[in-house]
Amino acid sequence: MPDTDPLTFAAEWHADGRDVAIATVIETWSSAPRPAGSHLVIDAQGNFQGSVSGGCIEEALVAEASDVIASGKARIAEFAVTDDTAQNAGLFCGGRIRVLIEKLR
Amino acid sequence: MLPAHLHEINAARDARRAMVVVSDLDTGETRLLRAEELSDPVSASAVESALRTGKAGLAGIGGRSVFINVHQPPPRIVAIGAGHIAQALAGMAAIAGFDMVIIDPRGSMISPATFGTAALFAEQPEDVFQRRPLDAFTALAAVAHDPSIDDLPLTKALAAQCFYVGALGGKKSHAKRIERLAGLGVDDAAIARIHGPIGLDIRAANPAEIAVSILADIILSLRTRNVSATAI
Repeated sequence: MPDTDPLTFAAEWHADGRDVAIATVIETWSSAPRPAGSHLVIDAQGNFQGSVSGGCIEEALVAEASDVIASGKARIAEFAVTDDTAQNAGLFCGGRIRVLIEKLR
Repeated sequence: MLPAHLHEINAARDARRAMVVVSDLDTGETRLLRAEELSDPVSASAVESALRTGKAGLAGIGGRSVFINVHQPPPRIVAIGAGHIAQALAGMAAIAGFDMVIIDPRGSMISPATFGTAALFAEQPEDVFQRRPLDAFTALAAVAHDPSIDDLPLTKALAAQCFYVGALGGKKSHAKRIERLAGLGVDDAAIARIHGPIGLDIRAANPAEIAVSILADIILSLRTRNVSATAI
């Protein structure tokens, strides 16, 4: 089975000299689709691997990650996965999640 | 997170060891915890609880607000015997997210085309275990239906603290198995950990249904097991 763990990608990207941010779901409310501990890794160009919401908020997270990579300062962001967002992404999630975003350095 | 920590987490996953990552939410500092550090009385109970349940979550440790993440290796099923049950189990195990290994020294039983993504070995189980050791994140299903093939892997699985150890066969054949394993020096408490007859009792009537009952039993054990500090 190929290793598709996002943290494997993070290590490879970092070894290639790319700036990398790691996002981790730390808290969920209601019916969040991915549990606490789930990772999304993002590079400075906006490439990402993994999943923290099943597709609902990954784009918004990429923007946050770009700030974290620029400033080097970790932050915690909260996202509401509204039913509208969920349906636009073809999902039935809903709920809210809190995500820790930190730079790999 | 420091690159050194990231490498250590990835190395633990490759080596099929569990790793606990504690992130301080105020300072952003990350701490990695392994078995020997579980004796730290301040963090032990929150960390052990995370390990036991496999669930990440927020906690307060020593007055600090932290996030505890648990990285566990992917659960694996090792089937001894490459018959129809293992064949059905291989397809279902892949769907359910398990790595699957099938071992049968009777090479004639093995036709790769019928086992999907499972890793197949036409060798003696103990030879395969030397290269791919059994561990606490592995379930062993002895379904060769031949004591000369099934018995030894059962003893190895018990010794390796596999989270599930099951053996195919009815009550009578299990009673004989218990006698044989006791004769090999396996203690009663270990023997009692064997699920025999294997699988949940769903009145399975054919190999595919037996595979369903085995997979359901394995999932039940995975989700309710006691992970001790020695498992990491």
